[in-house]
Amino acid sequence: MSATAVHSLWTMAGGVTSAAPDEKFKAPVIEYTQLTPVLIVIGVAVLGVLVEAFVPRRARYYTQVFLAVAALVAAFAAVIGLAAAGYGTTKAHIAAMGAIAVDGPALFLQGTILLTSLVAVFTFAERRLDPESHGSRVDSFAAQAASVPGSDSEKAAVKAGFTTTEVFPLLLFAVAGMLVFPAANDLLTLFVALEVFSLPLYLLCAVARRKRLMSQEAAVKYFLLGAFSSAFLLFGIALLYGYAGSVSYAQIATVVDGSIQQIDPALADTMGNDVLLLIGGAMILTGLLFKVGAVPFHMWTPDVYQGAPTPVTGFMAAATKVAAFGALLRLLYVVLPGLTWDLRPVMWGIAIVTMVGGAIVAITQTDIKRLLAYSSIAHAGFILAGVIAATPQGISSVLFYLATYSFVTVGAFAVVTLVRDAGGEATHLSKWAGLGRRSPLVAAVFAVFLLAFAGIPLTSGFSGKFAVFKAAAEGGASGLVVVGVISSAIAAFFYIRVIVLMFFSEPKADGPTVAVPSPLTMTTIAVGVAVTLVLGLAPQYFLDLASQAGVFVR
Amino acid sequence: MSFPLLTATAALPAIGAVATAAVPAARRTAAKWLALAFSLGTLVLAGIALARFEPGGSRYQLTESHAWIKDFGVRYELGVDGIGLALMALTALLIPFVILAGWHDADPLETNSSRWRPTQGFFALILMVEAMVVLSFVATDVFLFYILFEAMLIPMYFLIGGFGDRAHSGSDENAAAQRSYAAVKFLLYNLVGGLIMLAAVIGLYVVAGTFSLSEIAAARADGSLTMATSTERWLFLGFFFAFAVKAPLWPLHTWLPNAMGEATTPVAVLITAVVDKVGTFAMLRFCLQLFPEASKWATPVVLVLALISIIYGALLAVGQRDIKRLIAYASISHFGFIILGIFAMTSQGQSGATLYMVNHGISTAALMLVAGFLITRRGSRLIADYGGVQKVAPVLAGTFLIGGLATLSLPGLAPFVSEFLVLVGAFAAYPAVGIIATTGIVLAAIYVLVLYQRTMTGPVKAEVQGMADLKVRELVVVVPLIALLIFLGVYPKPLTEIVNPAVQHTMSDVQKKDPQPEVEAAK
Repeated sequence: MSATAVHSLWTMAGGVTSAAPDEKFKAPVIEYTQLTPVLIVIGVAVLGVLVEAFVPRRARYYTQVFLAVAALVAAFAAVIGLAAAGYGTTKAHIAAMGAIAVDGPALFLQGTILLTSLVAVFTFAERRLDPESHGSRVDSFAAQAASVPGSDSEKAAVKAGFTTTEVFPLLLFAVAGMLVFPAANDLLTLFVALEVFSLPLYLLCAVARRKRLMSQEAAVKYFLLGAFSSAFLLFGIALLYGYAGSVSYAQIATVVDGSIQQIDPALADTMGNDVLLLIGGAMILTGLLFKVGAVPFHMWTPDVYQGAPTPVTGFMAAATKVAAFGALLRLLYVVLPGLTWDLRPVMWGIAIVTMVGGAIVAITQTDIKRLLAYSSIAHAGFILAGVIAATPQGISSVLFYLATYSFVTVGAFAVVTLVRDAGGEATHLSKWAGLGRRSPLVAAVFAVFLLAFAGIPLTSGFSGKFAVFKAAAEGGASGLVVVGVISSAIAAFFYIRVIVLMFFSEPKADGPTVAVPSPLTMTTIAVGVAVTLVLGLAPQYFLDLASQAGVFVR
Repeated sequence: MSFPLLTATAALPAIGAVATAAVPAARRTAAKWLALAFSLGTLVLAGIALARFEPGGSRYQLTESHAWIKDFGVRYELGVDGIGLALMALTALLIPFVILAGWHDADPLETNSSRWRPTQGFFALILMVEAMVVLSFVATDVFLFYILFEAMLIPMYFLIGGFGDRAHSGSDENAAAQRSYAAVKFLLYNLVGGLIMLAAVIGLYVVAGTFSLSEIAAARADGSLTMATSTERWLFLGFFFAFAVKAPLWPLHTWLPNAMGEATTPVAVLITAVVDKVGTFAMLRFCLQLFPEASKWATPVVLVLALISIIYGALLAVGQRDIKRLIAYASISHFGFIILGIFAMTSQGQSGATLYMVNHGISTAALMLVAGFLITRRGSRLIADYGGVQKVAPVLAGTFLIGGLATLSLPGLAPFVSEFLVLVGAFAAYPAVGIIATTGIVLAAIYVLVLYQRTMTGPVKAEVQGMADLKVRELVVVVPLIALLIFLGVYPKPLTEIVNPAVQHTMSDVQKKDPQPEVEAAK
């Protein structure tokens, strides 16, 4: 079953009458085994919704945590199984009637997303950080998200010791969307996946236990701007459909490079019109660049990162970036390779302003979560440098960078959840003064993450940055490398500033305390540190993995 | 498969760092002894390397080579030539003295905090720096060297910022702010230099396809690797900038006086005597070897900058009121001499520069550590606070004088040999440069002797009254260094024997012949 046949179901349903009736309603061929990672996650997410409805309240937390962890582990095992069976390399192909690609980049990114989500789930499930409220342990999420902040119903919910266990199925839905996003092989699947992972994220942003108004404000901002960018994406899809007469990547690519066999009579006026291609392509890129947080589509990042519950921020910052860059790579390499030269100046410009802008604005930040938000923008710029390389090394370097970056990010935000005062997390930088004196271990761990963000050698951040810059230089983008190096130097300044604050400043008398976490958060942080150091010292195995996975199926 | 001696020499202090850091908070003294034991063990290993090295043998000896990161074309490749070996031995030699001199510098002021372990941290960081410096002297893979060059900034940064000199004027808060400023300045200067080098390292890989020094040299020799002139110059500039910050060369030197002034004395010694040598060493090994044409192209500018460093550093040293900053500016002047020797592109100049690195390490360590003992006693770094010390503490004053005389290159002490060689080498190639550089010696006499006169001679100041003379631990630090200065001043042959063949190799890399062979013969 070819991709062309699928689109004919949509485009010719009215006009074609000559086809025999049995051909019109041919059952779709779905390769269920190859989609198991997605199916497991989405199935357990649905199960999680049922748990919310039927399992007694006191058992929900444990059930949900167990289900979420089991789902992610099983899905990861499925990814490994598929990769071991050769779907990443020799058996790579397009499954589900042209909708989803099962190939190296998809499996690598799905594995990364699943592992990151797994360690992120541990921070979601953490219940030792906040003091016990009314005799029950609570996590970072609101007692009852639906009740108005400060209202009687909220107080009643807090008193009853409710917790929002819905976050676990929401997380799984988001993960399912993210798994499909980098594997999507037609534009409609891409859009559906985008919405499937975005909507749960909007909700998750709104359910912080502390500073609820800020959390809700962040969610509204994220939702509005996200809806705006979705509209861009959708409009771009419509234009590309007009251009190519299809939403399938393979089909569009053939029209772009001019090797199209037949022209759809219904679209004869618009097909092959480059204006549609350029505008449509730019709009789709806008939608994707919004999700990765590239300047000038980054406005939401600091507010959302700051307002969202910190475990959600960590998850979102890591996993969304992986998924969105995966989709961006596939789009640029599979659909628009013929446009490389048209898009290059634009992508160069975006990469440069993203790197420099993120690094410069971060200097003035006084809140640790906002600082990490701007740092993530600068990192998006570094990754874009690898995306622009337009070589196989470019793909594998981006894959590798995403793997290194996501673990550092989840780990760093997990540390942020530990530093607390009476009002919850103490995210203002001034409160971090002297942390190294009071809790040397926590400060040292955070310093490791900061050094990795700064790209200091012997950390994973350096290996990733080196891979990306090397690919960019080999791809003829030496200018980007120089800009990247300069903005790394600027960025180093504010990472160092935090280290100075932690280690060289005297602790304040009313400073925050470091909560002793349960083994859950400890695992997250330990995994983060371990990955940071292993990928810094001996990255070869993972580089091999990434370069084996560096070929998109077409 | 022979015993990986070089790896062991670098790994031992790294293991020592971990072991020292793991000592419980209450067992501070045990941590100190442990650190000292590991540094002495490293010295023994470096001694074995020195004994096994054959001066007339192949260029790189005791080589090791293992695959590391295949995707980046990176191998874990080690090997020493005479230059690297001499500097590795210097490092291994100085660290035990640094540790002994800093015995009490990191004792916690209050003993109530249980988890904060500054003493353990201090000695662990020193050993960490030693491990990285040793490895960077023996790395023959550009990428491996780069990683160490950058990574050693982090422990240095914590040593400067985390453990300040307790002898400061002004309030504690003010001192903490200045210290933190010095640490950040150190890190940012060096990090920017390093990142610019990173761009050049990547560029080198794109051009050469490998990071191995020997492979690149071979490819250049048989003509399979040619670089466009502009490419070579850009890459050279990227590398040289990083090394010039580290060395430091005027006008990139401004971090050094801050860092040396605010750090504890042993750390100041670590910076100027050990870590900065990586910068000058790397000019000799990487700039000249990888980019010979560009090095020759840049020579006039580098020589002028070196001359400015010599004169400017010495002039500012004359004007200093703070003992440690004075020594820092004197070091800037000396680094000018080293760079002058390297870029004079004569064999005397480069042998002299290498000897200078070793001798400067020993002489500055001696002077700085005695100055540190003095400052600890009085609690002030200002020259004006001293006077007549030689009457109350004659041994201290005497060792201080010898350290100072070594700094001004008095004949009979080791630095004289190297400074003379550098000047001869410079004069042979560029007479005018040699003449101007000689004025640096005169200025050196001024700043050293004036320093001695103001602090040690004259009427005994009230605050200096009753100052204790050097204790046994301090004598153990100073006496061997002074003995070494005298020994190498009278009989430098063991050192020149190791260094000269390596210099000949470098000279053939840049395809330079000595302009006046009769000078070579006369030597």
